[in-house]
Amino acid sequence: MTGELLFASVGVILFALGVAGVLLIGHLLRRVLAFNVMGSGAFLVLVGLAQRNGIADPVPQAMVLTGIVVAVAATALALALVRRLYVLTGKLELSQDDDE
Amino acid sequence: MMVWLILLPLLWASFAFLLGPGRGVWLAMAGLLAQLWLAYALAEEIVASGVAEHAVGGWGAPLGIDLVADGLSAAMLLLTQCVALPLAVYASAYFKRDDPAATYFWPLVGFLLAGLNALFLSADLFNSYVTLELLGLAAVGLVAAGGGAQQIASALRYLFATLVGSGAYLLGVALIYGTYGTVSTVTLTPLIGAGAPDLVWIAGGLMVVGLMLKTALFPFHFWLPPAHGGAPAPVSALLSAVVVKASFYLILRLWIGPFSSLTVAANLVVWLPALLGMLAVFWGSYQAIRAERLKMLVAYSTVAQLGYLFLIFPLLVSAGALQAVIMQVFAHGLAKAAMFAAAGTLIKATGQDTVAGLAGVAERLPVTLFAFGLAGVTLMGLPPSSGFLAKWQLIELALSQQYWVIAFVVLVGGLLAAVYVFRVLRQAFLLAPAGSVVMPVPRTLEWTAFVLAAASVLLGLRGVELMQLVGIT
Repeated sequence: MTGELLFASVGVILFALGVAGVLLIGHLLRRVLAFNVMGSGAFLVLVGLAQRNGIADPVPQAMVLTGIVVAVAATALALALVRRLYVLTGKLELSQDDDE
Repeated sequence: MMVWLILLPLLWASFAFLLGPGRGVWLAMAGLLAQLWLAYALAEEIVASGVAEHAVGGWGAPLGIDLVADGLSAAMLLLTQCVALPLAVYASAYFKRDDPAATYFWPLVGFLLAGLNALFLSADLFNSYVTLELLGLAAVGLVAAGGGAQQIASALRYLFATLVGSGAYLLGVALIYGTYGTVSTVTLTPLIGAGAPDLVWIAGGLMVVGLMLKTALFPFHFWLPPAHGGAPAPVSALLSAVVVKASFYLILRLWIGPFSSLTVAANLVVWLPALLGMLAVFWGSYQAIRAERLKMLVAYSTVAQLGYLFLIFPLLVSAGALQAVIMQVFAHGLAKAAMFAAAGTLIKATGQDTVAGLAGVAERLPVTLFAFGLAGVTLMGLPPSSGFLAKWQLIELALSQQYWVIAFVVLVGGLLAAVYVFRVLRQAFLLAPAGSVVMPVPRTLEWTAFVLAAASVLLGLRGVELMQLVGIT
């Protein structure tokens, strides 16, 4: 197995684990962490797949850098909302009964 | 010109933020007016001299960022600014002084519009991802702005849905880049042929499904009703009218651009979104007919109306399909903005948000109710509204290819829309129970909703220009 394929497969596995976490986990903090695992998986695929004969391609690295900034912003927003929800309700889970 | 469509909202949003909580109304108005003019001028330019391109900062692709505007982008830009300006006027009258929901309303709206405009202008898959995220984060911020536990919960649900959606999209982009070494839509279109490797199919599937989640296509619609139904009325109107259309626009772009040879090669693939669209029409309408709360009714109606957009995919091979779907985007955008605005006014006046509590408002708020009714006319697809034009074209296309089922769904969907619209109107015309109070509301609230609703109907008479614009590629 070549290096790029190894990176990409690990990335896909991480992504799948992350998606499963975001969808299945009730605890909000762990869901935010799962989202970060998911994002890292996608970044790993982006950087890992795009090597040509072992030489790294700079364009996806720039993309991942942008992606990390976006992920940090999203995490911050999610944490702020989770914190607010905790202050208001004392719970760290979304209840199921509020979708009418 | 194109750059200013993105820079201008960023600028006024940042200044509005610096001015402090709740400030910046006039900045926003001036900015929106200028944006509307820019979008109109851009559309004129495209009609006169074809597709416009701009390399940001003089750096062209592949290193720099290219902005491209064709007829489709110009039409979406025009719709966005046309909806945003009346809604901004509405919002300025809707929020009271020191309303906590208005604290960061103007900056967030500015960032939202910058994201939208940038999305409609981007010419590569990765920039589309960045603009999608910008848009999503601003929209979540707006949903949460009310600050109540319910609103925070729906904002979080919305946030997770939109993050998973754009995550799937990003993974697709990564696979495409790994295969072809480029993300520019223009370069990719000839590269992806019918014999593309399986990896590209997987990438395409991930991207389209991720975007469907963000467009709230059935069965991914679970996040939409609480988010749109729970937000303040101007926010709901903006989200339902244009924000969900942004991810749909991207699906459409991918479908007729880079993935066009894939979708032609696999005949069955085109029926998957259409099938989900049909289910969305039925399920959304059914939930709207059952809804007890007025804003939930309007939000579920959005789920149903988004379904129509996806009926177009089996028909995209024939000429005029793009025009039909954009007409539906316009019809729903204007009508839904008007409907949420009118619903917000009714809720403000009656002090509660159930459909049952609307008895007697016909007498007290005739303009608002008329606006609601006019928007309903467009959603039902009665002539001469733009909704009629869109559905007419859809049915014509479906019949010419003998896809009876699509024509049938469009017709039944119109009838179902009539049921939930008349449910509201009937209740409004009942006599008010003794002791019910209808508070006076600012005139601005009533008339902005009316302007939007009237625009959605009158567009039906001026549809030719719009269709001409969309046809320019």
